[in-house]
Amino acid sequence: MSVSFTVNGVSHTLDVEDEMPLLWALRNELGLNGTKFGCGVAACGACTVHVNGEAMRSCSTPVSAVDGTAITTIEGLAAAHGAAEKLAPIQAAWIEHQVPQCGYCQSGMLMAVSALLQENPNPSDAQIDETITNVCRCGTYPRIRAAIHSLSNA
Amino acid sequence: MTIIEKLKNPSRRQLIVAGGLATGGLLLGYAFSGPSRQTLANRAASGEGEQMMATWIKIAPDNTVTVYVPHSDMGQGVITALAMMAAEEMEADWSLVRPEQAPAETAFANENLGLNFTDGVNIPRLLQGVTDAAFVKLSQFMSLQVTGGSSSVRFTGEHGMRPAGAAAKDMLVRAAANRWGVQASECTAKLSHVTHPSGKSATFAELAADAAELSPPSTPVLKAKSDYTIVGKPIPRADIPAKVDGTAVYGVDIRQPGQLYAAVRLAPTFGSEVVSYDAEPILARRGVKKLVPIPGGVAVVADNFWRAKEAAAALDITFDTKGNEKLSMASLYAEHDAAIAADDSKKDVEKGDVAAGLAKAVSTKQATYRVPFLAHACMEPMNCTVWIRDGKVDVWVGSQDALGTRARVAEVSGVDFDNVTMHPLLLGGGFGRRIPLRAGFFDFPSEIDFATLIAKEVDAPVQLLYTREDDIQHDAYRIAVTSSFTVGVDDKGMPVAWKNRYTIKDDPDDAAHIPYGVADQSIRYTDSQSFVPRGPWRSVAHTQHTFFNESFIDELANDASMDPFEYRRALLKDEPRHLAVLETVAEKAGWGSPLPKGRARGIAIQKSFKTIVAEVAEISISDAGEVKVHKVTAVVDCGEVINSDTARQQVESGIIYGLTAALYGEITIANGAVEQSNFPDYEMVRMADVPEIDVHFIESGAEIGGLGEPATPVVSAAVANAVFTITGKRVRELPLKNHDLAPKADKLASAAE
Repeated sequence: MSVSFTVNGVSHTLDVEDEMPLLWALRNELGLNGTKFGCGVAACGACTVHVNGEAMRSCSTPVSAVDGTAITTIEGLAAAHGAAEKLAPIQAAWIEHQVPQCGYCQSGMLMAVSALLQENPNPSDAQIDETITNVCRCGTYPRIRAAIHSLSNA
Repeated sequence: MTIIEKLKNPSRRQLIVAGGLATGGLLLGYAFSGPSRQTLANRAASGEGEQMMATWIKIAPDNTVTVYVPHSDMGQGVITALAMMAAEEMEADWSLVRPEQAPAETAFANENLGLNFTDGVNIPRLLQGVTDAAFVKLSQFMSLQVTGGSSSVRFTGEHGMRPAGAAAKDMLVRAAANRWGVQASECTAKLSHVTHPSGKSATFAELAADAAELSPPSTPVLKAKSDYTIVGKPIPRADIPAKVDGTAVYGVDIRQPGQLYAAVRLAPTFGSEVVSYDAEPILARRGVKKLVPIPGGVAVVADNFWRAKEAAAALDITFDTKGNEKLSMASLYAEHDAAIAADDSKKDVEKGDVAAGLAKAVSTKQATYRVPFLAHACMEPMNCTVWIRDGKVDVWVGSQDALGTRARVAEVSGVDFDNVTMHPLLLGGGFGRRIPLRAGFFDFPSEIDFATLIAKEVDAPVQLLYTREDDIQHDAYRIAVTSSFTVGVDDKGMPVAWKNRYTIKDDPDDAAHIPYGVADQSIRYTDSQSFVPRGPWRSVAHTQHTFFNESFIDELANDASMDPFEYRRALLKDEPRHLAVLETVAEKAGWGSPLPKGRARGIAIQKSFKTIVAEVAEISISDAGEVKVHKVTAVVDCGEVINSDTARQQVESGIIYGLTAALYGEITIANGAVEQSNFPDYEMVRMADVPEIDVHFIESGAEIGGLGEPATPVVSAAVANAVFTITGKRVRELPLKNHDLAPKADKLASAAE
């Protein structure tokens, strides 16, 4: 069947299998490689995107479930913040706190955290712990926490 | 001649060379080889019309300085740190410096790493395996771009970047002096300009062509540390901006025209081979192009990775069994125990007379420790993209050894090395996993081999990608190890005879050694054949031996009714660097100060890769028996800190990587196969588990040490020692999750009486 959705404001119609995960539609069909493959079972969060503004793990979300939705990926995060400048505030905070090491998980981290901050601009540590369950093997967690708090307190 | 003397007195092979660019720039670096090497460099790094005369530093007409770093940056900040070392000596304006990873050409090989190899100085043996297997002949031994052994700053930076930068400055200053008819000693280099008190000033770029005509100094003079303006500062890493907006290109992100994707179906049992499979229904699936047999499995090639992966999973396939299916952790540990009991061992340390020491001892203590296998679980699953056409090969991959990868691909493809082009891309985690060969264990092919074999059968660029399950079940694992101690103590409970037998010697050589003053020592190991592929894992053998030694020394302290910090302190009285690190960590962590109810501290120390790290972990244990680590205080003496922020990052990172292993890390074998498969059953430390981390550096001025690994091994012992303080239970086998640490209500009640 064909599915239609927008990604970062651009409309796409894809003729792919219903059960193809959104991740592979983004990466292999649409050439949007910022969203990463980490586990394939929604356990690590590297593939997190926004679907209608909510954080979702795209590796386990079939395209049929996002028909008609508006999707934002890391490539569209800055524009989604309406920032004329190049970076969303969260991305600037990530640079300010020198968060990424290998950087592979950070697209998913940024998408997960930006969705959290949208809902709760001033999350407690406990709320961060509960919501941000993404895996980072380089252990950038302390800096992620510091970056989140810097945005909350702004 | 020791390696240090050799570097202070360079042989002819180590001359600095420099030369001009056709566009008016300067190229400078160490030249270790003849014209053929320079020809290679010309091709690799020079723009049109430019002449590449040497490696490492290029001054362009726009006054930018490019520093080519022969290492991979997997997040440790090495490309920035090494460029800082060169720029500091050169007096470059940091805003005009462009750090870049060197192309995978032999001209950019890491000579200083090679030199250390040849002298066998504290370089992990695992890296030697890489070169051997790459069929790099001894005469070409210097052709290395390995990133491992926490070696980049220690070797390339200290012995390559610094002298090259200083030589560039010397030549630029002399060029200015010649031009202005003044003494070089009257000129000053600063912020990419040379100036003279008369008011004359020129940019490095304006002087570069003249400088290229001059002979480089044979012994460039390095700056005094007190004059540093770049080194030691928290300079932002050059690679970070691209990692927050999705534009960073990792191995898995490369796309070429007509590219296809491959997924593998591998025999779960190590050593098994394919007997038969039914290709027909798979070829009928949408998007599937081809099935390619590979060692121990089959690859499915399709137009989308998901289609390839689903097809591979659906493949009806039969594997043979060759005996490994009978093997398990129980059989493996039984083999360890038998090997240790037989004590047909090889020497690691023999000092004094341990038998006599044990006979004289007031009492002896015996304990056996174990650790299981560990997977690396890099966030970016293993992948490699290869395109073979017209007798040439292109390979795109993030690798800890770009040149070694190129050599391996040449070997597997049968295409001459000169016709293989390696395109190094970012690594989504390394930790020892992304070394193209399995250091001395070549019966287990890697994803680099597989990708090359698949590409030989496909008329298109093909990207092989492992699923997470492939990654967890077909890694090159940190080995499972058993270590047995028999230690004699004197009337005060201090160790006087240290007998240790362990299975399997791994790198580095000194990992099992103790820093403590014990007169009689016998540390020996037994070889144990394992069918499980093995590879370097962040800090390598230190991960196991630090847990063993630093837990056991804690046992001895407890038996002696001594504070574990004071006990270590007494034993380290002749090791001033260790002592300073230990005392500082105790002070910073508030060792001995009151804690909230239910909390306890544990301490541990280890020297690895020339860096000494001590950590204090502060923990509690929940009613369900889960260990919660609240805080880790780390004190690090790495001699000198190059980038104060990335140094701190590496310590934070190392602690969290080690904490995952301590709390959760466990790969087990049943029926000859790995039992775990993905993050749900190979759990990771996540945000909620992360302690507060407090890092302090001691710049002792000692020989510069590594930082990528040394924080990792210490944390497991620090946490386990704190667990003992709370529970009275000595954890002798990791991970902690396997132990019942829940407080026993009756025990607590009786303790309260």
